[in-house]
Amino acid sequence: MVAMEEARNAVNEISDKYKYGFVTDIETEKAPKGLNEDVIRFISAKKSEPDWLLDWRLKAYRKWLTMEEPTWAMVDYPEIDFQDIYYYSAPKSAEDGPKSLDEVDPELLETYEKLGISLKEQEVLAGVAVDIVFDSVSVATTFRAKLKEAGIIFCSISEAAHDYPELMQKYMGSVVPVADNFYSALNSAVFTDGTFVYIPKGVRCPMELSTYFRINEAGSGQFERTLIIADEGSYVSYLEGCTAPQRDENQLHAAVVELITHDDAEIKYSTVQNWYPGDRNGLGGIYNFVTKRGACRGKNSKISWTQVETGSAITWKYPSCLLIGDNSVGEFYSVTLTNNYQQADTGTKMIHIGQNTSSTIISKGISAGKSEATYRGLVRVMAGADNARNFTQCDSLLIGDRCGAHTVPYIEARNPTAQVEHEATTSKISDEQLFYCQQRGLSAEDSVAMIVNGFCKDVMQHLPMEFAVEAQKLLGINLEGSVG
Amino acid sequence: MLKIENLHATVGGKEILKGLNLTINDGEIHAIMGPNGAGKSTLSYVICGREGYEVTAGSVFFNGRDLLDMSPDERAGEGIFLGFQYPVEIPGVSNMNFLRTALNSQRHYRGQNDMTAVDFLKLVRAKAKELDMDPEMLKRPVNVGFSGGEKKRNEMVQMAVLDPCLAVLDETDSGLDIDALKIVAKGINRLRNADKSILMITHYQRLLDYVVPDFVHVLADGKIVKTGDRTLALQLEEKGYAGLDIAGNAA
Repeated sequence: MVAMEEARNAVNEISDKYKYGFVTDIETEKAPKGLNEDVIRFISAKKSEPDWLLDWRLKAYRKWLTMEEPTWAMVDYPEIDFQDIYYYSAPKSAEDGPKSLDEVDPELLETYEKLGISLKEQEVLAGVAVDIVFDSVSVATTFRAKLKEAGIIFCSISEAAHDYPELMQKYMGSVVPVADNFYSALNSAVFTDGTFVYIPKGVRCPMELSTYFRINEAGSGQFERTLIIADEGSYVSYLEGCTAPQRDENQLHAAVVELITHDDAEIKYSTVQNWYPGDRNGLGGIYNFVTKRGACRGKNSKISWTQVETGSAITWKYPSCLLIGDNSVGEFYSVTLTNNYQQADTGTKMIHIGQNTSSTIISKGISAGKSEATYRGLVRVMAGADNARNFTQCDSLLIGDRCGAHTVPYIEARNPTAQVEHEATTSKISDEQLFYCQQRGLSAEDSVAMIVNGFCKDVMQHLPMEFAVEAQKLLGINLEGSVG
Repeated sequence: MLKIENLHATVGGKEILKGLNLTINDGEIHAIMGPNGAGKSTLSYVICGREGYEVTAGSVFFNGRDLLDMSPDERAGEGIFLGFQYPVEIPGVSNMNFLRTALNSQRHYRGQNDMTAVDFLKLVRAKAKELDMDPEMLKRPVNVGFSGGEKKRNEMVQMAVLDPCLAVLDETDSGLDIDALKIVAKGINRLRNADKSILMITHYQRLLDYVVPDFVHVLADGKIVKTGDRTLALQLEEKGYAGLDIAGNAA
């Protein structure tokens, strides 16, 4: 029992002390608290948006007013007062728009340096183009020129609304309809910024595209929108990662991410999520209500989601794939670590529509403290999806005896040729494993990290190298494969 | 090197060790034999600091330092290695990564820097080769899907890489065929030198044909009841514990 206590402490060490707890003081210009049509007009005017986009927002807002918050997820939180939230805040220094890193607010750069994400370093060393979202407005974009040479569009969603209205109007809301759910409707009404990517026919994006999200202003909602389109035969790998400063006030985050692949195209979307999870007593922390969905519209196309979720007080997130094109492939690889009073209800939906479509789901949940983690997944094979295949594996690892892990798989097969497999396991870190590692010289903390690392390996190996480092920091783990 | 005096230890409230004394000097090999339930495995766990094995009296000093104050990983850092009777599986963690992390953890404890990846690879490959381990095994997850013999061989490779001052081998020879037994013996003999000590816990004198001990002790009912040289083991093999006139003490 004492060993388990140590294990719990070790996990506390790994995941509890939120090291990114600091606040950057940058003057912000914000809309008044609360939500009404005027606030939406304010946001739209701030961004000098075209009329069609304002109309789109207003329609979404009116739809949202008729909708109710979903309550089916296995999460519990006090009612959110949507009139007590700031829906727009922008760093003032962004007004003029920095032309290069030299023009970026030094304090902001310092913030990123604290996070270990020196932009300059990334530019020079990592070759990662970064489109930073800081309190809702993109303040720095790099490598744009190089990408432009290849015909790739990588810009903020606000810019895309001005510069690429045809693409925006054609694709935005086509995968996640405005009225898909309560939070997608809210996001559609008030989204403040986000990322737009278009990869033209036959182009393989020469670098990993990356956005670091960061919530900063107290009580301000963060409503990001991401739209990625991979045209015929193209490929892109996109990285999304986020950390937030420590707050004892709940912050709402409701993002929408839409992915579209045409014939023979592939999108690999990786996330490391480390928003403030609240303190040991469950006070504060981010509410993360995200709608992520990809549509494999073309033949032989592929969408792959990989996520490492360690932060947020509440996670409500189901990155999904609509497998429309024949032979299209959907993948979902997930690690979810919950501790203290964190709650996560996460999983995926794989909707098989085209023939010979296949999907793979690997979910690894680690629960510690008094946290609750639920895997909720849907595999649906439609009548026309001949020879659809799915493999699902859901493993849960419990640390201590006060946490919970739940697996809720839904399988709907409407075609007799469907092959659907589901495997699930639940285990605990054993005293034997801990003692074995410690006897070889590892501290209790490192022992747990190593065992957890091994448990997550099947997912971690799908992360791009650039992100593996971040994931390693977050789980306090040495990644496999660095030797031999 | 190791000095145990009047050691009493309980497991789950039950007293298992009842005043055990044992001194092991540098370079010596000691074998401990004894009937089931005598406290042999308990002794190895107490030396290595396993949770749940509570010392109620007595002392254990290692190179002059009080072991009982140390956590299991600190004891490993001091140079104590335990060869497990049932090596544990760690899914998803490669042997190589596990060993490298273990070695570097011990090096940090001793104030040394990490061994470089290149040096580590050379070391571990050389040790694996000496003990006839297929290099592919180094990439596999720790002990997962290994046969009994492969697990024990793996213990010997770990011991060779970590190069401890004192190796405590808890029935490392049990359940092995003759080829695997020879590998284990090779591992022990390769470690053997004037500065290293080895404590072998075994049921059978078979291993002692390949690793000749300096001392043989009989552990019964939580105490060492008889000490002799190699011939004591042969005597035990022939007559059993009952023939040693210790039956009254045996559990």
